[in-house]
Amino acid sequence: MASKRIGRIVKINGNMVTAEFYTFCVQNEVAYILHGQERLKAEVIRIKGKAAEMQVYENTGGIKIGEKVEFTDELLSVELGPGLLGQIFDGLQNPLPALAEKSGFFLKRGIYLEALPDNAKWDFTPIAKKGDSVRAGDKLGFVPEKRFKHYIMAPFDLRGNLEITKIAKKGTYNLKEPITELKDEDGKLHEVFMQQIWPVKIPITAYSEKLKPKKPLVTKMRVIDSLFPVSRGGTYCIPGPFGAGKTVLQQLTSQHAEADIVVIAACGERAGEVVETLKTFPKIKDPKTGKPLSDRTVIICNTSSMPVAARESSVYTAVTIAEYYRQMGLNVLLLADSTSRWAQAMREMSGRLEEIPGEEAFPAYLESRIASFYERAGEVRLHDGTFGSVTIGGTVSPAGGNFEEPVTQATLKVVGAFHGLSRERSDARKYPAIDPLISWSKYKSFINDAELRKGHQILRKSHDVAQMMKVIGEEGTSLSDYTDFLKGDFFDFVYVQQNAFDKVDESTIEERQKYIFNSIYNILETEFDFTDKDDAMHFFQKLKQEFRGWNSAAWESAEFKKTEKDITSLISGKRSAQLK
Amino acid sequence: MRKVYTDIIQIAGDVITVEAEGVGYNDIAEINTSRGASLAQVIRLDGKRVSLQVFAGSRGISTEDKVSFLGHPMRIASGKNLLGRIFNGSGVPLDKGPTLSENVVDIGGPPVNPVKRIIPDKMIRTGIPMIDVFNSLVVSQKLPIFSIAGEPYNDLLARIAIQAEVDIIILGGMGLKYDDYLFFRDTLEDQGALSRSIFFIHTAADPTVECLLVPDISLAVAEQFALQGKRVLVLLTDMTNFADALKEISITMEQVPSNRGYPGDLYSQLAARYEKAVDFDTAGSITILSATTMPGDDVTHPVPDNTGYITEGQFYLKNGVIEPFGSLSRLKQQVNGNTRDDHRTIMNTMIQLFANYRETVEKQAMGFQMSPWDNKLLKYGKIFEKDIMSLEVNIPLEKALDRGWQIMAECFTSEETAIKKSMIEKYWPKK
Repeated sequence: MASKRIGRIVKINGNMVTAEFYTFCVQNEVAYILHGQERLKAEVIRIKGKAAEMQVYENTGGIKIGEKVEFTDELLSVELGPGLLGQIFDGLQNPLPALAEKSGFFLKRGIYLEALPDNAKWDFTPIAKKGDSVRAGDKLGFVPEKRFKHYIMAPFDLRGNLEITKIAKKGTYNLKEPITELKDEDGKLHEVFMQQIWPVKIPITAYSEKLKPKKPLVTKMRVIDSLFPVSRGGTYCIPGPFGAGKTVLQQLTSQHAEADIVVIAACGERAGEVVETLKTFPKIKDPKTGKPLSDRTVIICNTSSMPVAARESSVYTAVTIAEYYRQMGLNVLLLADSTSRWAQAMREMSGRLEEIPGEEAFPAYLESRIASFYERAGEVRLHDGTFGSVTIGGTVSPAGGNFEEPVTQATLKVVGAFHGLSRERSDARKYPAIDPLISWSKYKSFINDAELRKGHQILRKSHDVAQMMKVIGEEGTSLSDYTDFLKGDFFDFVYVQQNAFDKVDESTIEERQKYIFNSIYNILETEFDFTDKDDAMHFFQKLKQEFRGWNSAAWESAEFKKTEKDITSLISGKRSAQLK
Repeated sequence: MRKVYTDIIQIAGDVITVEAEGVGYNDIAEINTSRGASLAQVIRLDGKRVSLQVFAGSRGISTEDKVSFLGHPMRIASGKNLLGRIFNGSGVPLDKGPTLSENVVDIGGPPVNPVKRIIPDKMIRTGIPMIDVFNSLVVSQKLPIFSIAGEPYNDLLARIAIQAEVDIIILGGMGLKYDDYLFFRDTLEDQGALSRSIFFIHTAADPTVECLLVPDISLAVAEQFALQGKRVLVLLTDMTNFADALKEISITMEQVPSNRGYPGDLYSQLAARYEKAVDFDTAGSITILSATTMPGDDVTHPVPDNTGYITEGQFYLKNGVIEPFGSLSRLKQQVNGNTRDDHRTIMNTMIQLFANYRETVEKQAMGFQMSPWDNKLLKYGKIFEKDIMSLEVNIPLEKALDRGWQIMAECFTSEETAIKKSMIEKYWPKK
């Protein structure tokens, strides 16, 4: 065993520290700064001559020139294995509750704990047997984790076909006991543990092929599922000015979305919001399983006052964990809030590296970094023929609420759906504030095309008429235009908007969305006999009120059916005579 | 024995560079000049070259002046002895009291572990209906007042400070006009609140760099009190000056500016301060109210924009009143459900009607004819502005809710308000 490679600090600028090394140095390897008793984690991000420039994942206060640096030859990695679900980690995968036990109220620097405790025992059941031939990512056995079968897989970094030479019997093991031994094509033996270490910046690709996203990921948010859908394995982004409700939208999605596992990356945002998630999720029951939501959630949190460099790693840590569960054939949803803070972290480092700045001082590689992050999403066919997916939804916080800025633009190029939040809609207390006139999606909706087209068209028409009315007044508008305006307004009010404080209305299942959309479509296609504009306005006011009641009536309940009847009779009273 | 260095090799802006060894990053140094002593902080280390930002400014520093390093980061005394005292941005007493050196703590300490925070659920009553009724302030909230220069934001801060039920008030003044400082001092003294207050004052005449320390010092002291179970209110005015000081230093250090000359880490810098607001699990709390002046009333300016992404809402102060649209308390939902059962009804209905009133005013200005409904709205809007919106109104929440019902009854029939029947039966004033 060679002695550890060391270096000496020669320059400190914020969280960028330069060390002189003596032998060799590996790009992106992890290094530790030895400051008294403290060991501060850092990553080498540029090498110039004999100088290694490192970003430090901790506050650099007190560090001195000449202090020792230890290089590890390892890339920044995470521990993958049973015990991740329900956990709350920081950007470097330190479990926060355990940190709190150890060091109290504050996050003291230089303390790193095991993400997955080595001594935790798990009940292992083998499914492969001695002599079987396996590839990287193939399932060897499983342990129960919460309500899932957590598969133990052949390490993702192995190549070619391997033979199982030993496999543990059904029983209880900890993470440091080998459960399988594999022989590779060169005859070399590999011990397999229930835990794997994987570098966060490299995607896990132990599957047979990546597929085109087709199946819808139901979020139970009507405007998303029906109008601007997201597919399993797809990507979407939510840009919006502050206060437009990005985080609320993410929180509700994390509760209601039909995914097996939700990974939340709270990246550079308020600590208060994370606190809300982590204190309420254990208490909220998943309607499908009756188990607490925290059982299917992993939270990675690097809030805005935590060290900036770890903000970047938090996004990668989250996506690596998501990919890991995808390998087990699960559907994973990754919510990143907010990707702008991650981009800003890159900008800070780029500034300290004195790189030539691009637009708004963001580095030139901003776009490629964002693209390669979103490209880690996808639905895949695994070697055993089952499917798994990672869907990524990221919020963007554009400076000044202006979508022309670099992060929003770079993101729009690579995502499959765009849910743009607008200040006007949030000021008018329209929730969710997703603006149907600017948003788009490349994925297929479960609403049929004709109905969907009508929906989009009436929203645009209504908006146009409303603009026109601002100039020429209500008097100058024709009754038919005015009716279209009211129809669009009605559609917006009863379908696009959703009441987040109503137990029923806050989440709408797919079947119900199709049903309601169809009945709205029929109304939009109906010609009405109105005597004048006042008559039309009153009719739609009544209709809105009825629909609001309908929206908060439980699906297929007596009240639901009764309200539906009331609506039908209300409409037939006003239907144009020639169509009756 | 501290080693003294005299090799100042560069002086640019308020940053000096000296050759020295064994210096810790962010450590504090003392510079002795013929015109007095000043503290300075290490902001860059490059081999032997140590760059320091000088809190008192670099004017009058000679290349032969003596620099000695104290071997620790910026520290401040904390504890009860500070109460009623007034200091400058470096913690030097401005009153005639003694210099304090007990319970010294490092400023800019580590962040709070999120799992040790609790979901805030205690309301801070201010007696201002626009806050209590419509955008309730919550313990541990961080909330700026957005306004243009010239608006009475300091008056508002002082009023909230006096009326809020908190144990300790800490005022961090940045670029404060001297008469504003006197105003704060006199107001708190008149109201008998000075004995539970601590001032850290950087006035407009003081060197810019010193302003950078004010939030950190104020919050470090606040944190110590909060850990002892105290409820602390920190007032920071004006955070735009703080951001401008950051800009000045970063330009001097030849950093690449990101947006309108502000450094790329403006968000992180502001967040590091605002995120000190906390409600500790099993200890006290820190609530932060700040003033952020918006150059040119432009909310997309980098300072208010970044602030808005960090804080939990904002109060818009415009034409001397808190503007209901644009103002937002993100935490109000945590508390306004447990006050009186009509709180949310009043909040929603009165704002909706007021929005209608604003539309009517616009219509009126454009010369459209006023309907009877329009006239009702006009009447309502006028009373609302006078009895609810004006900052002169000072009534407890319950009185404000009662007044709300009265105003609506004066102007509308109960059906016109579209309030739920059960609420109307319980609260609608009977003739």
